[in-house]
Amino acid sequence: MKFAILVNEGPYNHQASDSAYQFVKAALEKGHEIFRVFFYYDGVLNATKYAEPPQDDRNVGKNWAALAESHKLDLVVCVAAGLRRGIVDDSLAPGFRISGLGQLIEAGIQADRLVAFGD
Amino acid sequence: MEEENESGVVKKFMYVNRKAPYGTIYALEVLEMVLISAAFDQDVHMAFLDDGVYEIKKGHTPKGVGMKNFSPTYRALEGYDIEKLYVEKESLEERGLTEDDLLVPVEVMSRADLAKLMSEMDVVLTA
Repeated sequence: MKFAILVNEGPYNHQASDSAYQFVKAALEKGHEIFRVFFYYDGVLNATKYAEPPQDDRNVGKNWAALAESHKLDLVVCVAAGLRRGIVDDSLAPGFRISGLGQLIEAGIQADRLVAFGD
Repeated sequence: MEEENESGVVKKFMYVNRKAPYGTIYALEVLEMVLISAAFDQDVHMAFLDDGVYEIKKGHTPKGVGMKNFSPTYRALEGYDIEKLYVEKESLEERGLTEDDLLVPVEVMSRADLAKLMSEMDVVLTA
């Protein structure tokens, strides 16, 4: 199946990004396709390269970046939501790109299922 | 508004609004998603339930809390051909509201009927 993923919450404060990451990983292992992962609302904060969580904790942003690299994932951060929260091209971790909400709607149209994570 | 939708596919999108208009940003930012999906010529539906019914209540005056009143945007939706607005009857009643308290024309539906309508959608986004 072709999935699109929407991450609506920031890292650490909320489980949504971790759950989305685990879902994407499991789907890929089962041979499904991930059309795109879109980050909206505080979800855009997952894309910052400046996060430095304690060493004994998971690194949410780096997990996404690594998965993106190994599976050629398209990680898209909403430009408008990003600007509000200080996420711009210069603050992006590797693997993320900034684009418009049209990329989310396109993902909803193209994918068999759009799965949203967040409240 | 025209944007490229090369596939020509039209899906049923539903935006489920469940939160109060101020206090969190969900209500405001979901409107941005709604407007973009209209630009892609999709079949857009909006549902208001739980505290989400307050989003379309008349008389927002959030100046005192330093927020902008964005409720006029709901009245502008018609201009984007977004006219399928549904409100859950139980949510209105639980809050002592009636259709007359709302800013825009809506269809009031029972929880059961709204659940049925939701099950017919292709893409459901909640905020």
